[in-house]
Amino acid sequence: MNEILEKKQLNPTVKMMVINAPLMAKKAKPGQFVIVRVDEKGERIPLTIADYDRNKGTITIIFQEVGMSTKKLGTLNVGDRLHDFVGPLGKPVEFSKDTKRVLAIGGGVGVAPLYPKVKMLNEMKVPVDSIIGGRSAEYVILEDEMKKVSENLYITTDDGTKGRKGFVTDVLKELIEKDNKYDEVIAIGPLIMMKMVCNITKEYNIPTMVSMNPIMIDGTGMCGGCRVTVGGETKFACVDGPAFDGLKVDFDEAMRRQNMYKDMERKVLENYEHECKLGGILNG
Amino acid sequence: MSLKKVPMPEQEPDQRNKNFKEVALGYEENMAVEEAERCIQCKNQPCVEGCPVHVKIPEFIKLIANRDFEGAYQKIKETNNLPAICGRVCPQESQCESVCTRGKKGEPVAIGRLERFTADWHMKNNEDKIEKPETNGRKVAVIGSGPAGLSCAGDLAKMGYDTTIFEAFHTPGGVLMYGIPEFRLPKEIVQKEIDSLKKLGVKIETNMVIGKILTIDDLFDMGYEAVFIGTGAGLPKFMNIPGENLNGVYSANEFLTRINLMKAYDFPNSPTPVKVGKKVAVVGGGNVAMDAARSAKRMGAEEVYIVYRRSEEEMPARLEEIHHAKEEGIIFKLLTNPVRIIGDESGSVKGIECVNMVLGDVDESGRRRPVEEKGSEHVIDVDTVIIAIGQSPNPLITSTTEGLEKQRWGGIIVNEETLETSRRGVFAGGDAVTGAATVILAMGAGKKAAASIHKYLSEK
Ligand SMILES: Cc1cc2nc3c(=O)[nH]c(=O)nc-3n(C[C@H](O)[C@H](O)[C@H](O)COP(=O)(O)OP(=O)(O)OC[C@H]3O[C@@H](n4cnc5c(N)ncnc54)[C@H](O)[C@@H]3O)c2cc1C
Ligand SMILES: Cc1cc2nc3c(=O)[nH]c(=O)nc-3n(C[C@H](O)[C@H](O)[C@H](O)COP(=O)(O)OP(=O)(O)OC[C@H]3O[C@@H](n4cnc5c(N)ncnc54)[C@H](O)[C@@H]3O)c2cc1C
Ligand code: SF4
Ligand code: FES
Repeated sequence: MNEILEKKQLNPTVKMMVINAPLMAKKAKPGQFVIVRVDEKGERIPLTIADYDRNKGTITIIFQEVGMSTKKLGTLNVGDRLHDFVGPLGKPVEFSKDTKRVLAIGGGVGVAPLYPKVKMLNEMKVPVDSIIGGRSAEYVILEDEMKKVSENLYITTDDGTKGRKGFVTDVLKELIEKDNKYDEVIAIGPLIMMKMVCNITKEYNIPTMVSMNPIMIDGTGMCGGCRVTVGGETKFACVDGPAFDGLKVDFDEAMRRQNMYKDMERKVLENYEHECKLGGILNG
Repeated sequence: MSLKKVPMPEQEPDQRNKNFKEVALGYEENMAVEEAERCIQCKNQPCVEGCPVHVKIPEFIKLIANRDFEGAYQKIKETNNLPAICGRVCPQESQCESVCTRGKKGEPVAIGRLERFTADWHMKNNEDKIEKPETNGRKVAVIGSGPAGLSCAGDLAKMGYDTTIFEAFHTPGGVLMYGIPEFRLPKEIVQKEIDSLKKLGVKIETNMVIGKILTIDDLFDMGYEAVFIGTGAGLPKFMNIPGENLNGVYSANEFLTRINLMKAYDFPNSPTPVKVGKKVAVVGGGNVAMDAARSAKRMGAEEVYIVYRRSEEEMPARLEEIHHAKEEGIIFKLLTNPVRIIGDESGSVKGIECVNMVLGDVDESGRRRPVEEKGSEHVIDVDTVIIAIGQSPNPLITSTTEGLEKQRWGGIIVNEETLETSRRGVFAGGDAVTGAATVILAMGAGKKAAASIHKYLSEK
């Protein structure tokens, strides 16, 4: 169990792993997540279930290497085992039967959690247009996969090295203004991107689902660390979410809370990189 | 004979509030014998009645007085599976010691300290000889590995059941591991108890959140013939006052889990951080609040306040812990209730606004109700706030199991005699049923449920 069966580098900072987890693969649904620990002393890292295969008994995770824990995860290889692998956690997403047309927007590694939802809509025969974006060409992930499940796929990059130059929100505005009727928008990516998307969809009154990624510990509702304010009420993202009505989310609070440990995390990362360098020298 | 208990050696307050090593150091043999001799071996044994699991108190104490320490240990073990733990964390002053005859004049016999001494003596001097019982091949599932689950699983294994514990966290032990800090209950001791369960043949599957990866119905489909739910009360309560989502506001659960389970005190060697700040307010008056406050002090906070809306008399925490907290320099703000947490421009805590309370008439809890004193608003400057006002049972299981009845506040409803729930073959006990209570009550429930499960399966 928890053996890494496949590993792929999707871009300079994003990796994909297919994990052997038959029991979890049976239960996983789009919108849910797992918690991973790399080693005995490791942090509990929440990651979205990017895909699952019930027959093969596998779960796919896609993660961006940001700090020490995700970098360490990235050093594991095919054949290695994850120390801990808990899930599926969180509420699966649901779509109303009346949903006829959806616009899916993914930014950066956010395309990973977006993909299973679009795939599900595709299976429900709901047409989806998708916009995916990245800093530059090499940061755009899952292009082929997204193409397969979308009617139209639009790509943006901040620097114009692929698709349109600009932000996903530029295309969003255009599509809405060109009189495309969407019953729902799904937006997943950095908090600031989701906030900007919601600012636009609010104007047009289009229901918008976002996926929140607050700092988590247990992922089962025990610590309250993952709280987000939605419509003035406190919710726990790990049990009430992670998907929420984006038009009601307090993004400013969420951004502030996410940065709570920035300085301390930098320190851990520096230590780790220092050790790696030393290790590199010692190992020759 | 002395009116006072033989004192237990402790680390000096000024030294211990800077480390996570155990506060109380335990009796030496001679101290234990001296204290044991204070017991007058009452005929009617009120202390036994005062103990939720009826430890044979005078008998084990007599064995200590006779220097048969191993015999004393075995005597306790007849009814209590976790003496090293209970001897450290049980609220003896409101249980066995509260009714001890010696307490009528002077201090009661230090039953708790003697229990602890006995368990520690055994651990140091004798190996547990655990024989794996022959299994009867019938499978029982236990959900949750806190004291309720551990004691239920232990008893079931001894009766020959093929018992598996499913635990949501990556480490078994429940509150004993993630909640109660190292300086009160060394994790090594909990680990030993868990190891001895394993030797009895109990299987422990960690990282299994029941209600998510498997439901109770799945467990029955997999051939488990009965299920015990010992999932505790892990859902933190908040006060619903403005500012609770500011940076620097923790639930006690999050704060203690970061420190105990994720070893944040060893940051950055351990990668999970915790922010403690210089001035900390802990809201609440129970064991959880004391633990959070004392942990904050040990993590380097300069000033730590306990903010509690009633008076010290009503505090639910163990006397010993209140006493220890005071010695360590925790400042008690009694009859004080927070109304708002104040943030700075970057969204971090910079103060907590409180009002003074006065005690009014007795309410339904039997305690005098605190009433706000008008115009008494004042701000305490703090940069961290820890909320420790209680927990309720986690709904993960009740919300995914059809036909499992629960109270409005989340507790699972059981038949008090058998601990069977509204679902046949499903039993429950501990904090999941009672709401936040004590280790010994949870253990007692686990034992009771094991007996009921045995009866149920024998008749099935
Ligand atoms: C429900 C959920 C699903 C997620 N899905 C994905 C995914 O599919 N792919 C992906 O790349 N990332 C995902 N994340 C984010 C991922 O968990 C964090 O990037 C990761 O924990 C960072 O750990 P680190 O030690 O490498 O970085 P650190 O140095 O610890 O942190 C860097 C930054 O990451 C964030 N972070 C740190 N710890 C956590 C934590 N425990 N939970 C959430 N955010 C944290 C903070 O913003 C922090 O400033 C998800 C988060 C959540 C809550
Ligand atoms: C900080 C703190 C200090 C305390 N101090 C004292 C004290 O000094 N003396 C005293 O007597 N009592 C004390 N208590 C109370 C005491 O610890 C509890 O009453 C006792 O632990 C309850 O035991 P339990 O087995 O019912 O639950 P818990 O100990 O809460 O264990 C429940 C276990 O179930 C697991 N679980 C939950 N949901 C699921 C699920 N869906 N699937 C699988 N596993 C699940 C949890 O992860 C946990 O490990 C304290 C509590 C706290 C929090
Ligand atoms: S009540 Fe006190 S004195 Fe009497 S038997 Fe019990 S411990 Fe001994
Ligand atoms: S992660 Fe602890 S409550 Fe959500």
